[in-house]
Formats: sequence, structure tokens, C-alpha cells
Amino acid sequence: MEFLTTMGLEVHCELSTKTKIFCSCSTEFGGEPNTHVCEVCTGMPGSLPMLNEQVVEYAIRTGLATNCTITQYNKFDRKNYFYPDLPKAYQVSQLYMPICQNGHIDIEVNGVKKAIRIKEIHMEEDAGKLIHDPWDDCSLVDYNRCGVPLLEIVSEPDFESGDEVIAYLTKLKSILQYIDVSDCKMEQGSLRADVNLSVRPVGQTELGTRTEMKNINSFKAIARAIEGERKRQIEVITDGKKVVQETRRWDDNKGSSFAMRSKENAQDYRYFPEPDLVPIEISDEWIEKVKNGLPELPTAKKERYIAEYGLPEYDVDIITGSKYLVKIFEKATEICGEPKEVSNWIMGEVLRMASETSTEFEDIKFNPDSLGKLIVILKNKVINRNTAKEVFEKVFTDDIDPEKYIKENGLEMVTDNGAVEAIVKAVIEANPKAVAEFKGGSAKVKGFIIGQCMKQLKGKADPGTVNKIVAEELEKL
Amino acid sequence: MIIDDKMIDYIGELARLKLKQEEKENAKNEINKIIDYMDVLNTIDTSNIEAMSHAFPVKNVFRKDDVMPSKDRDDILLNAPNKKDGAFKVPKTFE
Ligand SMILES: [Zn+2]
Repeated sequence: MEFLTTMGLEVHCELSTKTKIFCSCSTEFGGEPNTHVCEVCTGMPGSLPMLNEQVVEYAIRTGLATNCTITQYNKFDRKNYFYPDLPKAYQVSQLYMPICQNGHIDIEVNGVKKAIRIKEIHMEEDAGKLIHDPWDDCSLVDYNRCGVPLLEIVSEPDFESGDEVIAYLTKLKSILQYIDVSDCKMEQGSLRADVNLSVRPVGQTELGTRTEMKNINSFKAIARAIEGERKRQIEVITDGKKVVQETRRWDDNKGSSFAMRSKENAQDYRYFPEPDLVPIEISDEWIEKVKNGLPELPTAKKERYIAEYGLPEYDVDIITGSKYLVKIFEKATEICGEPKEVSNWIMGEVLRMASETSTEFEDIKFNPDSLGKLIVILKNKVINRNTAKEVFEKVFTDDIDPEKYIKENGLEMVTDNGAVEAIVKAVIEANPKAVAEFKGGSAKVKGFIIGQCMKQLKGKADPGTVNKIVAEELEKL
Repeated sequence: MIIDDKMIDYIGELARLKLKQEEKENAKNEINKIIDYMDVLNTIDTSNIEAMSHAFPVKNVFRKDDVMPSKDRDDILLNAPNKKDGAFKVPKTFE
């Protein structure tokens, strides 16, 4: 039997506001347990929440960047459930009137374009963290993350393959970073995805029973979880059994999922309007203002780079996929005016150094101007390409100023042709055996001589010049 | 809607309350009275009235995104029945 897979995604993203959604505690990551807490975010009786305006602004920004309609009159609701990471025993969220609705994100997989519909985006608060204490066999609760603003971005069940899911998440992450609403650090939990998945035999129109896998925190783990769960459901159905609607946890180390201890009645959240927070009314002017402040988004940027600079699509995809690479590209291009050369350096040396030093793009520290300057220096033939690559490694790891570094280390090329000539002559004289071989018809020897000359020149010469002078001197023999 | 024994057990479970038989009977009667009152309200024609979630016509109450000092941890933990290493200590909880 052939099966079709259908998936939907719920993505939680922590917003990069300075303070929490309903109180003025810092959202800074880390910190000793319960040092970023107050009476509001620990749910003390009698405390009242007050909405952070920046959260609304970021939500509007995200909605506009994902082609959503902004719900101009929206409000909060309470989602009730008992769990120690949630001190109020309810989470303030938006069920009935989410702030953004009916959007879409365009993805491309193997050359095929597809729009993934976004059902809604709502604002809510994050929960605290439970740490298991093996000594006392108890749990310890830290509320530092409790009340950090979240956007939950809910897609329609439009995904048919793991590749589509990864393409969507990659695009969504890059949009959220472009518009500066979240740093999207999966390893710190500021971007997390829940996957709803069902399978059905080809020919069946109604969707199969779905399961949900929660809080998977890397793209690779998501791809593995999808493949694992798809296989499991197909096995269940092929065995003549039924898929149970449940929440499952993906164990990436074991490579399998298991049903989370069934919290009975857990789905009965008894939502009702949050009486402590007044409705939000978003004016046309406010939306217009946010719209005008949006930066150029990845798709538009990609098209512009191709049209304006004639760069290859593959390279542009990589560069525009990360706002951090875009920053390097645009700044360096501004300095040297050579977009193609900058793109080549990014695709070559920047990616190589990032991978060799296991540096995430967002953690690349060097001043992008330095790459632009280095390209100018190279173009002016002050140094040759090999030296430039060596200097760039220093730029990447230590953020040095290339001009100063080249001067201080005397890396400029020997531009005095007389000096080059003298060295070539000396090398030829010192290698009579090679010269004899050359005379005997061995052309390879020329390469050896050039190599020896470059060694003497410590690599600081224009290879073209050395080549030419060696050829001339050998001719004279 | 009628609140029967099964429903009382269910509500008790959702609210994490262990009720004795006598308390269940009491709660059942009281909640049924509230539900009866809702039925009275339901007889009023509200077809032309917009749904209301708040009693006052106030909207857009916002706070600026400025960090203020958090509360002292010892104060926050003052009423915690159990604490350890600066954290609230609770029974072992697994997801
Ligand atoms: Zn707080």
C-alpha cells in the first residue's frame, strides 16, 4: 500500500523584547534561578499583568512579513491547565481573536514552488523551566523564562514531505531574523516546533488520525522525527491497527518516539476571555507605520541580487538565507564595489572558515568592512590571492584590520621587478641540475623554478610577474 | 445542562480537588443553581448585541519595553512551602 503524509506545524518563537510580556522583568537568557521574576510572572495573588507594547508591534511586524491579515480588534484568553512550570495555572494566550490570520510563506523544494498557508499567529507567554533533582527525587522550578513573550505561528496542514517542513522552517527563521523580532536560537529554545502528522493510503481523501510531536529543537531532529513517525504510523495501519490521537515525544538519541504519559482530560483547557487585560485595537495608521518600517525581505532581496548583480541563484539563496551573511555582503560590497567578488569570498572563504571553526552565522564577529578592504587591497595588487586568503583567516578569527596587519607583517608583494629578477637569477644559478633537465626538454622544471622563487620571495610576489621573468630568464640560457 | 455525579468528578479532577461525597453533593447543588441562572439569562434576546468580554470601554493599555529591577529572590520564595537552591521545590514532575 502506498501512503501519503500530511503535516502541519506549530512554531513557537521567543520575541527579543527586553522585558517580559506582562511585567518589566528582564528576558535575558541564563541567570541564576528565579532572579528575573516578580509577583506578576510568578502568579502571586492580586498581581495584575500589563501588556508590553513592543510585543504587539513585533506581532504586527511578523504578520505583515508573512502575508497575514492583522486582526485590528483582538484580545487575550486564558488557557487553563495545571503544571508546575505555569504558576497561575493558566497561560495567557489568544484563542478566539488571534492578532494575525490567513497568511502564507512561499517555499521552494527541488525547484518546485509552493505556498504554505498560515492559519494564525497569536501572542502568548512562555512557561518556566523544570529541573529534575536526582538527590531529592523532586523537581525544581525556575520562573526566569516564565512570561517571556512568544509568538505561536500555526500553519495549515499543507506539508507533504520533511523537505517541505525544513524549507518552511528555514524561511520562517530567516524572516524572523530579518525583521529583528527573534534571534531564533534553537539550542536556547527561542525557536521550537511541534509537528502534527498523519498518513493515509493513496486514494483516500479524508485525512488520517494525527499525532503531535512537541518541542523538537533542531532541524535535523525534526527531519528524523518526521521520518520516524511516518514509518511508525504506516506500520500501525499495515498491521490492521488504528493510529491513536496523542502527543508523542521524539527521542532523538534513540531515534524513536513514545506516547507522553497520557494526561487525562489535558485537552480540556476551558478557555475564557482574560478579564485582567483589555482588548487591543490596532489602527490603520499603526499597521501602515509598521509596514513602512519593514526591511527588504529574503525573497525580494534574492530577486534583486540576481537582477542587479547577476549572481548565481545558488549563491544568492545561501547569502539571502541569513541576515548575517547579507550584512557581510552588503557592507563589503559598499566598500569595494565588487558584488561578484564579495559573493565569491562569502561562498568560499567565509563559509569555509565558519564550518572549520564551527561558527554559526549569527556568531560571526568580524567587521564586514574588513572583507571589502581586503578585496580592494587584492585588486590593487598589494598582495596576491594566497596571501589575501591567509589575511582573511586572521580577519575571521581575530577581527584584525587587514591594512594594518599587512603593513605590520610586511606582506606586501615585491613590486620591484629588478628584485624579482635578481632572485630568479639566483635560483637558476643554485639549481644547475634542474636547468640541465630543462635544457633536456623537461617543461615541468619551470614549475619547480617558479616554486623556488616564490619560496625565496616568501610568497609576496605577483605570480604572473614571477612566471614571466622565469620564462624570460630560462629563454636566455 | 445538568451537573451530575460524573460531571462533578470530572470538574474536581480538572481543578485538582479531592472531594468527599458530602462536598460533592454540595457542589453539585450549587453549580446546578448557577447553571439554572444561566438558563434564565439565556432567555434574553441578545441577537443584536455584540459579545462583550470586559465591563469597561477601555482598550490599548500598554507598558513601554523598559527593564525594571526584578523582586528579591528570597521575597519571591518567602511563601513557597518547599524550596531548594533558589528554586521552588515540587513533587517530581515529568512531561
Ligand atoms: Zn516579572
